[in-house]
Amino acid sequence: MNAASQKLEIPGTRVFDGELAQKGYALNKMCFSFNSAENREAFRQDEAGYCRQFGLNAEQYEAIRTRNVLGLLAAGGNVYYLAKFAGILGLDVQDLGAAQTGMSKDEFKAMLLAAGKGI
Amino acid sequence: MAKIVGAITTSHVPAIGRAIAGKLQDDPYWKPFFDGFPPVHAWLDKVRPDVAVVLYNDHGLNFFLDKMPTFAVGAAPEYHNADEGWGIPTLPPFKGHPELSWHVINELVAREFDLTTCQEMLVDHAYSLPLKLLWPNDEKCPVPTVPVCINTVQYPLPSAKRCYKLGKALGEAIGSWDKDLRVLVIGTGGLSHQLDGERAGFVNPEFDKAFMDSLVSDPEWVTQFSNEQIVEKTGTQGVELLMWVAARAALPGRVGLVHSNYHIPISNTAAGLMVMEVAA
Repeated sequence: MNAASQKLEIPGTRVFDGELAQKGYALNKMCFSFNSAENREAFRQDEAGYCRQFGLNAEQYEAIRTRNVLGLLAAGGNVYYLAKFAGILGLDVQDLGAAQTGMSKDEFKAMLLAAGKGI
Repeated sequence: MAKIVGAITTSHVPAIGRAIAGKLQDDPYWKPFFDGFPPVHAWLDKVRPDVAVVLYNDHGLNFFLDKMPTFAVGAAPEYHNADEGWGIPTLPPFKGHPELSWHVINELVAREFDLTTCQEMLVDHAYSLPLKLLWPNDEKCPVPTVPVCINTVQYPLPSAKRCYKLGKALGEAIGSWDKDLRVLVIGTGGLSHQLDGERAGFVNPEFDKAFMDSLVSDPEWVTQFSNEQIVEKTGTQGVELLMWVAARAALPGRVGLVHSNYHIPISNTAAGLMVMEVAA
C-alpha cells in the first residue's frame, strides 16, 4: 500500500478528503460567503432562507440550526469555513474545542495550559 | 546574484491578531509568545532583507473548494488582507514584487512544479500576522513580498517530501535570480494543534521539538511520514508544518540556528518560532 491510498484510523479525527468535500460543498460554500459582512447580516436576518439559497440538505440545515459542531463536521463541513459561521455566533476556536470535547471552555483552556507545563 | 539570508518559521494563529490589536504583548498569557520575537527583530536589523518570499496556507479567504490549487504563487503588485468573517482587524496592503514572482514561477515550472499563478490574491492571517510579528513597529510591511500558498485545506495535500522538494527548487530559483538582492524566506503555520473533531485541543510537544531539531540538522527527517501520519502525531492543523519544511529546504547547504522559541498554548496551538541562516 502506498502513502496516497493509506487509510490511517486516528481517534476523534478525520481529514477533509474528496468524499467530505463533495458532501459538504453547499454547507462550505455558504460558510465561505460569510467572509462578507453583508452576507453575515443576511444570514442573521433569515437563517432558514439563507440556508435554502445555498441548497443545504436536511442534515446540514439541522446542524446549523442546532449549532452542532460535530454534526456540521459529519455533514461535510470544513473547519476553516465553519470558523466563519462560528464568527457570526461570536464563538472562537476554543469555544468550538469545548463543544466538540464535551468540556466547558474553562476546562478546555485548562487542558491546554496543562499541556504547556514543563515543556 | 540574489542571496538568501535565511529562513524564519513561525505560527500564525488568528488570536495573535486580536492580541496585537488589544496590545496584549505583556499580558501573562501572551508574554511567553511575544518574548520570542525581539531576537528576530535584531537579526532582521542585521541581515536587512530586501524582499521576502512567504510560504503559507490560505484558510478560505482567497481560495474556495471550487478551485483548490496545490501550490499557488502570487504575481501581483500588491496583496490585500481582508475580512475573514470573525473580526480581527485587517492590516494594510502588502507590496508585491512581480519581477521576482515571475522569475520564481518560471524557474519552478522549469523544475517540473505545475503551479497556479495569481495576479490577484487576497492574503489571510497566515500571511499578514507573521509579517506584523516580524516588523511590529512599521505601519506597513517594509519589504515587498512574494506569496507561495500550499493547500492544507482539502486532501490530498502535497506530502512533506514534495514540499521539501518545492522548497529546494524555490531556493535554487531565488539563487539563480540575476539581481543583487537579499531574500528572506518565511514559512508560517503549526506547530501541533487540532481544531476539529473529538480530539480537538491535541498538542504534541515531544514531536514538535524533535521536528524543530531536525530542521537544523536533518531536514529530510519528517519526509519519512505521510500527511496522515503527521496528522496523527501533530493534529489536523499540525500538518501546517509543511510550510516549515519548504522554507527550510529553500536554504542551500548547512544551516545554523540563530534563535528559537516554543510555547504552549496560544489559543489551541503549540507555537513555534525558528530563525535559521545559511552556515558560512
